[in-house]
Amino acid sequence: MTTLSRTVGAPVNRVEGKAKVTGEARYAAEFPLTRLAYGWVVQATIARGRVLSVEEEAGMRMPGVLAVITHGNAPRLQVVDDGELLVLQDEQVHYRGQTVALVVASTLEQARAAADALRVSYAAEPHDVLLSADHPRLYAPDHVNPNYPTDTLTGDVEAGMARAEVTVDETYSTPAEHNNPMEPHSSTAQWDGDRLTVYDSNQGATRVHQQLAQVFGLDRSTVRVLSEHVGGGFGSKGSARPQTVLAAMAARMLDRPVRVTLSRQQQFSMVGYRTPTIQRVRLGADRSGRLAALDHEVFEQTSTLYEFAEQTALFSRVMYATPNLRTRHRLVALDVPTPRWMRAPGEAPGSFALESAMDELAEACAVDPIELRVRNDAAVEPEGGRPFSSRNLVACLSEGASRFGWADRDPRPATRRDGRWLIGTGVAASTYPARSAPSTASVSAEANGAFVVRVTAADIGTGARTALTQVAADELGVPLERVDVRIGDSDYGPAMIAGGSMGMASWSWAVVKACRQLRADIDEHGGVPDGGLVARADTADDIAAQANLARHGFGAQFAEVRVDVDTGEIRVPRLLGVFAVGRIINAKTARSQLIGGMTWGLSMALFEESVMDAEFGDYLNHDLAGYHVAANADVQGIDVSWLDEHDDQLNPLGVKGIGEIGIVGTAAAIANAVYHATGHRQRHLPIRPDRVLSP
Amino acid sequence: MREFGYERPTQPTDALAILGRTSGARYLGGGTNLVDLMKLGVETPSVLVDVTALPYDVIEEAPGGGLRVGSCVRNSDLAANLAVRRRYPVLAHAVLAGASGQLRNMATVGGNLLQRTRCSYFQDVTKPCNKRVPGSGCPAREGEHHNLAMFGASQHCIATHPSDMAVALAALDAVVHVSEPAGPREVPLADFYRLPGDEPQRETTLDPGALITAVELPALPLAANSRYRKARERASYAFAIGSVAAALDVADGVVRDVRLALGAVAPVPWRAHLAEQALRGGPATEHAFREAADAELAGAQPLRDNRYKVPLVRNLIVRTLSDLVDAS
Repeated sequence: MTTLSRTVGAPVNRVEGKAKVTGEARYAAEFPLTRLAYGWVVQATIARGRVLSVEEEAGMRMPGVLAVITHGNAPRLQVVDDGELLVLQDEQVHYRGQTVALVVASTLEQARAAADALRVSYAAEPHDVLLSADHPRLYAPDHVNPNYPTDTLTGDVEAGMARAEVTVDETYSTPAEHNNPMEPHSSTAQWDGDRLTVYDSNQGATRVHQQLAQVFGLDRSTVRVLSEHVGGGFGSKGSARPQTVLAAMAARMLDRPVRVTLSRQQQFSMVGYRTPTIQRVRLGADRSGRLAALDHEVFEQTSTLYEFAEQTALFSRVMYATPNLRTRHRLVALDVPTPRWMRAPGEAPGSFALESAMDELAEACAVDPIELRVRNDAAVEPEGGRPFSSRNLVACLSEGASRFGWADRDPRPATRRDGRWLIGTGVAASTYPARSAPSTASVSAEANGAFVVRVTAADIGTGARTALTQVAADELGVPLERVDVRIGDSDYGPAMIAGGSMGMASWSWAVVKACRQLRADIDEHGGVPDGGLVARADTADDIAAQANLARHGFGAQFAEVRVDVDTGEIRVPRLLGVFAVGRIINAKTARSQLIGGMTWGLSMALFEESVMDAEFGDYLNHDLAGYHVAANADVQGIDVSWLDEHDDQLNPLGVKGIGEIGIVGTAAAIANAVYHATGHRQRHLPIRPDRVLSP
Repeated sequence: MREFGYERPTQPTDALAILGRTSGARYLGGGTNLVDLMKLGVETPSVLVDVTALPYDVIEEAPGGGLRVGSCVRNSDLAANLAVRRRYPVLAHAVLAGASGQLRNMATVGGNLLQRTRCSYFQDVTKPCNKRVPGSGCPAREGEHHNLAMFGASQHCIATHPSDMAVALAALDAVVHVSEPAGPREVPLADFYRLPGDEPQRETTLDPGALITAVELPALPLAANSRYRKARERASYAFAIGSVAAALDVADGVVRDVRLALGAVAPVPWRAHLAEQALRGGPATEHAFREAADAELAGAQPLRDNRYKVPLVRNLIVRTLSDLVDAS
């Protein structure tokens, strides 16, 4: 059997591109259903306390209203871990913006008007919404997301620090940030007896279908979740969100299909965000910059409904060789919405702190920041000592240095000027885990010569559908046109979500396995019989049998900034990212993924910040006018490249995953460049003009 | 959003009449602010009277050598107008510095003048705001105010006026033409807006139902050497955190005349009269510009989180005037 690679690696256009740009592709809120009703969420206007009453009767008299669902009349749900899904089960308010009622009406406008007019009275209690590093209720969670140890210790950090000739001891912070996918969270639920079908915007139909079965006490075989096209998620759609349960609940009560779509403003409290972080990093080194100790301590928040502990210090467990390494996470449960995954949870904020601190150490040692990272490159994973399946950080740094023109760099800060602009350059390193998770897939050979792949993958804009088409075509030895990849349907069997940069690694494994099985079956039959053939694959055993190795992608990020001396405004004329991320399936969509991640890193560095209102307990800049994401004018030159990396210890195609690593390290590279330009270290994101003007 | 009526009269008298007889009616220009506020529940008009079919969509020469800009001229058309670009470049700069291309294509001159503050408390009906609900309180003073006022605020309101265009108009001594039930009136921009005092809900001196018909730019030769400089938190599509509209006439190193207005620092476009006085007749040097800026900024009353506006505005004034010296 040949597996001649003909399309894997090529810059193939998105197979659903035409359907998307012509509007033919349907997103979750676009499926027409007979007797469809619309729900609108009524949100708590206190941050902590109890709902005393909801004027349901007045609400029911509003035009078109079919139901006002509150904790008083909502059906009881099965208890699940994720308290955010247990909507309308009691009168407690855990955060401002939590669901306190759902108004369902014949039209969206009627539902919204009635929801706006609905009177809810509360017994408010004092709330606690501000994270601090000395909060009295800080605690150590049992583990951090998803299942890493909370704390780690190798050697003796204090002894290492005491012996060090050069030390850095600084505190960095990152603000709360919101995911803001373009497509809002939306769910449309329809019951047929005890069978539940949900059109849902998510990053993985398998997980949502499992959660719905649990929360409604249903057999999984009676629940179907469909999410064929998804307009972004960035973590916020990685599991079911309240609107999914609300839609299903309302549809059951009314015995008709119900759609619940969240507004942009509602998404700032109901679907997750990145926790703010406060990070103390201590580095000890000898004069040449070789690390004697690394201590990374993180403070972050969760809600009182569900514990989410961001793995912020994980980055420090992977990056640099040191005999003494300590990482710690402390959490406080505040009266806030639950933070969740947001692109590169852990690594994105964690890399800002450590890679900024490394820049400070480089200066303190008078060592070039690239050379410092090369000197501290790790032969084995610093925490735990596992060998790497592959680690090409140094190659990324040197390739990047060459492309960026780093060799000519004058390390002295605040010495380059072009008119009213100060100019600086900076570098930072990136990493992200390269994991695979069990998935299933099937592929059928149709009598007409076509092949149909079914896998519960999600294409949230990444190009996953196209990449899987390439994978299947190559494995089957047929042109792309003969392969039809169908995704986003829980009936296709369990599969990993599009999350943790694990989608392609996990799905392609199952697809490759199924395709190879099918080819064997075809050979055995001497061709495709009239009734066609189907092969199924499950990778659970293959993944369990993997060697115990440290598997990570690596990268190097370079930034050039210009800082306006009058206003503190920052421009980024150049960003360069060089990545070692295993095999690239689709050069076009991969490039887009990495550019997208780096763009977001720029946005994180300079703009993004959800501002907590201490008095009222919500994120008050809750729209895209108040919450600034990078505009086109902010994004100038972004150059992306990757090394030709082959790693046979990953999965059949040697895929590492590229969804997250693009954002890792970008903010530090920019902050380091801002220091190089101005001579003032920016340890708190975002680097707003006021912070530059008043350093 | 509540249900509302919609009218699109073609005669100004009809527009005035509908407003006069309909409780809760509001004029609608491009809708780039009012419709957003309706979605948020901040505005709940009974009827929208779309004024864009009224004959106010031209820019024409005014008696006395100025320009008369119809109130329904779209922002994009204003910024692209050759006479505006040659004779009042500060105005074209200011308009182009605002919003996005799509919004400028919709937004009208009259609507731009009347846009509401972007203070987060004003925009959230679940929170107090003296401007939205008089007497309910102002959480911004203790809360989020990093982009709110340091001039002209009161204990009742510290909101800023968001317009870029209006800052340029303030520097140019523009005159607003309005039709009111009692008849037409001309209101100098300096008298058009009012400071919040204890009635922050009243933002202009217009009578209820007044219809803006035009903005007149008086003949102002020094405006040919003018510019607008806006600092913001991203390169595009963000409100100013500080801005300067300036026009300068320099001869032999001496400031013969100057116009200076500041944005994002006050509830109104803030004409910097103290700085202008300090500049007129004095040397056109960076030192003098800095002293003039400081004369104006001496009256600033920044709050906990907007102190950065003092150095920011000082720098903007010095830099903009210096650039105008270089350009003259």
